[in-house]
Amino acid sequence: MIESALAFGFAALGLALAMNLWRLVRGPGASDRILALDTMVINVIGLIVLTGIASGSGAAFEAALLLAMVGFVGTVAYAKFLLRGDIIE
Amino acid sequence: MSPAALAEILVSALIVIGGSFALIGSWGLVRLPSLMERLHGPTKASTLGLGAILGASVLWFHLTQGVWTTHELLVSVFLFLTAPISANMIAKVHLHRLRQREPSEPPGPAGAPAAPPGGADWANHEAPHEGTPGDFVGD
Repeated sequence: MIESALAFGFAALGLALAMNLWRLVRGPGASDRILALDTMVINVIGLIVLTGIASGSGAAFEAALLLAMVGFVGTVAYAKFLLRGDIIE
Repeated sequence: MSPAALAEILVSALIVIGGSFALIGSWGLVRLPSLMERLHGPTKASTLGLGAILGASVLWFHLTQGVWTTHELLVSVFLFLTAPISANMIAKVHLHRLRQREPSEPPGPAGAPAAPPGGADWANHEAPHEGTPGDFVGD
């Protein structure tokens, strides 16, 4: 049962990533692209956690935590650059 | 039915719920007509969807290895803390760019954003105004 649930989860998150990619390419604004990238990071974190469940190793969570931090810093850096014209003032 | 089988059903249900929320959030990102509405979908995906997946992971590792892991809780606490901040930053970028040029889409159900008082912009390249939180006196 857990195998089929994992297969569904992988398929759902993969489809979600494809939709985010569509929004990233389509735009229309820079803020839409930042939002699409932020959502892609969220979905990739979900994929990493599912991979950790599937492989049974705890090493995936360090990767998930790192990606959560880097994704947040990246989103704030993009937004700061568009708002202020500089990242670190 | 043994407790292990019950726990496996619970883990499977949590994974399916999490995947569905992530999918619905991204579907909202594609379908909704304006950015302020589009912000709504992915924030639900990040809190409910990832929350369910991380809960499934905690339960699964307790079931298979007999230990309670806290890494997943760390990830979810971090995401719950940062999701509103990044959504706020994206909304500020949106408001800023709306006031800079002609909008390329309908303004959304709430209408066009109101102008902040004093002829200021929601965000700009000027130095912080006096009395605002970013205005450090005697830096």
